[in-house]
Amino acid sequence: MTTPAEYYPRDRTWHPPALTPDYKTSVARSPRLPLISLQNSVSEITGPVFGHGDIDPLDRDLIHNYARPGEAAIGQRIILHGRVLDENARPVPNTLVEIWQANAGGRYRHRKDTYLAPIDPNFGGCGRTLTDETGYYYFRTIKPGAYPWRNWVNNWRPAHIHVSVFGAAFAQRLITQCYFEGDPLIRHCPIVQTIPDPRAIEQLTAALDLNATIPLDTIAYRFDIVLRGRRSTLFENRLEGN
Amino acid sequence: MPQQLHYLKESPSQTAGPYVHIGLAPGAAGFDIYARELGRDIAGPNARGERIRVEGIGIDGTGSPVKDVLIEVWQANADGHYAHPEGGGPVEEGFRGWGRVITDFETGEWGFDTVKPGPTRGRNLGTQAPHLNLWLVARGINIGLNTRMYFGDEAEANAKDPVLNLIEWERRRATLIAPRTLRDGIPVYRFEIRLQGEDETVFFDI
Ligand SMILES: [Fe+3]
Repeated sequence: MTTPAEYYPRDRTWHPPALTPDYKTSVARSPRLPLISLQNSVSEITGPVFGHGDIDPLDRDLIHNYARPGEAAIGQRIILHGRVLDENARPVPNTLVEIWQANAGGRYRHRKDTYLAPIDPNFGGCGRTLTDETGYYYFRTIKPGAYPWRNWVNNWRPAHIHVSVFGAAFAQRLITQCYFEGDPLIRHCPIVQTIPDPRAIEQLTAALDLNATIPLDTIAYRFDIVLRGRRSTLFENRLEGN
Repeated sequence: MPQQLHYLKESPSQTAGPYVHIGLAPGAAGFDIYARELGRDIAGPNARGERIRVEGIGIDGTGSPVKDVLIEVWQANADGHYAHPEGGGPVEEGFRGWGRVITDFETGEWGFDTVKPGPTRGRNLGTQAPHLNLWLVARGINIGLNTRMYFGDEAEANAKDPVLNLIEWERRRATLIAPRTLRDGIPVYRFEIRLQGEDETVFFDI
């Protein structure tokens, strides 16, 4: 009989390394000593469980979740949707997905953002939802604008949405960013380019999905997310202590 | 060519950036949007065990406080059970054992209230000393950093802990052990996280 065991080790060559000097902030914030490799215990294979009582259905509609009654956020209306899967290509159901982003002008609603683009009074910039039984999720929002940031003198972030996902275990916890197909700023961005493999960057680039658009209303982008997969024990190698 | 395996690759991580609070703790970003922000109450009202406070600060490689870090905490209850189907046993009603902690933007100090966890089962019939699992994200951190906080008053359990004992450099184990003091009768544990440099905190590849 097979029983669930550890999560597959992270392929650290697929992720950005801690120290990426072209993204200057990483230089003083990157550990210099090697990570200690830990085989999973109960502390890593468990993680918080969320339910529909934790969130509100409107939380997934960023066009309206902060807007005054009868009003809406300004910008290109988009659906961002996809599935959360694991490395075995199995759906990750009932998991919390949270997003945050700048408004259509590239400005965040954050006390630390002082970019001169205006705040949209009807746009908060965050949303959250749970995946369904098939791992599917969707949000409605506006396409975020590019914005400048201090790194080199002239750096601009490509349009992006920050994405946070839990999975079923603390070992699967992930924060990443979603970019948009065709954005010429992707190849110039030192944060995107912390990812060494161009195929991994493609994995973070949402595809225009005309089949999911609502004609005359909202355009759609598809963004699938992959979390770590889990091994099955075929022979004895006890993770459980009993 | 051999047969193809057809595994997917994990989505690569990207930094949470400076505005992580908008998504995960909008109140800290300066606005109210959700009826309920997640992760504010780690233990809930019914948790048994000792009520404690944990405080700390993150320090970067220049010795400066990291003022924009966001930390998530994952812990067992006083019985050593996690609130999860594979967590080892039942937990109290309202105990989630998970929290989100943000820093004071001026000082970089953070703190949270919870209950002290019990020992948890380890691999191969072992026992793990009581600990908190922590995950740090921030601008400049390309992939979330996993670490653990152990309790300074658990010297005997810590000495036998399988994870602490995995750390070859014995002096580095101390970076994971928070000293305990009392303030107004409440136990306070102080945990300083050094991202880099002298006494760099031990981080794990879990
Ligand atoms: Fe951003």
